[in-house]
Amino acid sequence: MSTEKKRNKKKNRTIMRSVILLLLVAAIGYTIYNSVTADEVEVLRVGDAAPDFTLTDLDGETHKLSDYKGQGVFLNFWGTWCEPCIKEMPAMASQYDVYEDQGVQILAVNIAQSNFEVETFARQYGLDFPIVIDRDKSVMTAYNIRPLPTTMLVNPQGEIQRIVTGEMTEQDIAGFMEEIKPE
Amino acid sequence: MDKLICKCGHENPPGTVLCESCGRPLNEQEQNMKLADMRYEGTARRSQTYNKSIIDKIWNFFSSVKVGVGIIIVLLIAAALGTILPQKQYVPATTDAAIEAYYTDIYGSVGTVYHALGFHDLYNSFWFIGLVGMLAISLIIASLDRFVPLYKSLKNQRVLRHSSFMRKQRILAEGPGDADTLKKAEEKLTDLKYKVSTDKNGLLAEKGRFSRWGPYVNHIGLIIFLFGVMLRMMPGFYVDETLWIREGETRAIPDAPGYVLESKGFTLETYTGEGEEEKFGEAIDRVGTVAKNYQTDVVLYKIPEGALPGDTADMEMVEEHAIRVNQPFKFDGYALYQMDFQQDELKTMSFALQNKETGESRGDLTIDLVNPETNYELEDGSVVELLGYYPDFSGFENGEPQTATPLPKNPGFLVKMTTPDTPDGETSFITIQNTVEPLGDNDYKLAFQGVETRDASGLTVRKDRTLPILGLGGLIFMIGVAQGMYFNHRRFWIQQQEDGSILLAGHTNKNWFGLKKDLDQVTDHASLPAYRDQQEDMEAQEKREGEQLT
Repeated sequence: MSTEKKRNKKKNRTIMRSVILLLLVAAIGYTIYNSVTADEVEVLRVGDAAPDFTLTDLDGETHKLSDYKGQGVFLNFWGTWCEPCIKEMPAMASQYDVYEDQGVQILAVNIAQSNFEVETFARQYGLDFPIVIDRDKSVMTAYNIRPLPTTMLVNPQGEIQRIVTGEMTEQDIAGFMEEIKPE
Repeated sequence: MDKLICKCGHENPPGTVLCESCGRPLNEQEQNMKLADMRYEGTARRSQTYNKSIIDKIWNFFSSVKVGVGIIIVLLIAAALGTILPQKQYVPATTDAAIEAYYTDIYGSVGTVYHALGFHDLYNSFWFIGLVGMLAISLIIASLDRFVPLYKSLKNQRVLRHSSFMRKQRILAEGPGDADTLKKAEEKLTDLKYKVSTDKNGLLAEKGRFSRWGPYVNHIGLIIFLFGVMLRMMPGFYVDETLWIREGETRAIPDAPGYVLESKGFTLETYTGEGEEEKFGEAIDRVGTVAKNYQTDVVLYKIPEGALPGDTADMEMVEEHAIRVNQPFKFDGYALYQMDFQQDELKTMSFALQNKETGESRGDLTIDLVNPETNYELEDGSVVELLGYYPDFSGFENGEPQTATPLPKNPGFLVKMTTPDTPDGETSFITIQNTVEPLGDNDYKLAFQGVETRDASGLTVRKDRTLPILGLGGLIFMIGVAQGMYFNHRRFWIQQQEDGSILLAGHTNKNWFGLKKDLDQVTDHASLPAYRDQQEDMEAQEKREGEQLT
């Protein structure tokens, strides 16, 4: 066998081995990536399109997420039993007054509670943004919400800009609304 | 490294132990051995021969069986350690922070380290998956490195081997032969279903070569199996969720987009011990009750194509079904299992509006704890107005009643009672054990009358698209095991020397007894010289030597 042939064979082998190793490493890497990110939000990640939904608010008005395209949507999942949810509500209300005119909408999605509880709560805290009730938890399921409160910040293009789990301060809320404000 | 050129003139790849062509031993170590190492036909394992670039080094690392076994041992140790403290799904905490705190609180610094290293969620920890992945790499590369040269060498076998090769085989016969010995041997071997090829003065008889591929076939099965396990981590392939649903509730099924479930009711039946069930009498006497059936009656709905989550107006009923233990409700690749239940959760509470002094009642009211109304109108224009409802009252914070959960476990009501006697209304805060009258003494009270309850069903939602892949992997694995275990690769080399004497060698990868039985028949038929088993001879000699020493 000539030395050139030999060299070629060696080169081919190295390429072959590199390809096999690379494929295997990529498969393992992808698996690890999936298992590590699965814990937080299984289906949704920042940058994904926010799943569309339609829910009815306390006044019987229907809110469809895609109708707010062009506006930022501050999508807050909450319940009256969740302490941090209650705490951040007044701050959301006061920031809503500031940002409503700048094209940021708040949709507060209550998780399957009764009209009475939600209405009483809204009246008590003087909340004037739309509060919708997810009666069969289908929106909660579609967004794979685990801990409450969770806030999905949807930008004017309808993509998820940020996912916030846990309580937000008024300063946080203002900052987030600034992020999703249309230009 | 250079090619090894055998005395017969054949060029062997570096690392070869036995010449690929004639079978002569190629290194000193092999020359000094009494019996040839036939495991890979004396071929060079490709990985051992080149050790140049970094790629080759990585390749060689994974090609080593020692490394593969090492990875298996590390995995076993890790899995064993993972059983020392409970895994995270068995820990009474839900959020990540709470789980971390739980390990520290209960198990101290050991728990902290355990959690930090990912042992609390072992099968999902990145290093465990990484190790399983390395095992897969090792399986693939080690198999490739052995299979390819072995396949080539068995495919290009020569009939005539050098006498040094033949004399190093375990089964050996030498002695005089007749003119028709080879012919008769060929006859008998063909009879015994051997594939016989001849060349000049020799023959090679071979049977069951495919048994040599058994280990590689079962490695393919394992790799397919691991691939199936890997797919489970991809979204959409594997679902294992819990759905708690109460009687009368309608809930979206987690991870089953478009499907909604309604619970019609939960039933727990027990054996009565009478009539046909008399045989259970003894058991019932011993343990109290014996469950006969756990059942949730459900209705499955589907949201029409294109409809959005939350849009339940056009839901279509798919099917009514009774889910029982071990009899899951299967639809569209999903299965709903009856797993758990909770009986007698509060559903409604009834009260009578009573005058405290006279005990006279102004009528009864029933509050639906799932969906309470605001006003309850009673006799004579008396009204009870619900001002606040706290389904799981947990105390006051800044004077405000709080609820710990959305479930009516410990309902608290803030009510305003108006009667013709008390037209301005009286305010009362009522919980199960206690009534508080925050704005002074009242004339009227809500006297507790009774409750209605409902049951909750714990269902498991499962979907597993990887099962066919896992099944296929398992099947191929078993085929490979059977192939390697129950079949043997048997070979005989026979040569007739110029002086008419016969040289015979035999080899099998397992079951030497079977090989000898075949050879006995051939020896009878073709009057071959008697054979001996060189390994048994060696063992017998060692034993004798050992006895002499003692």
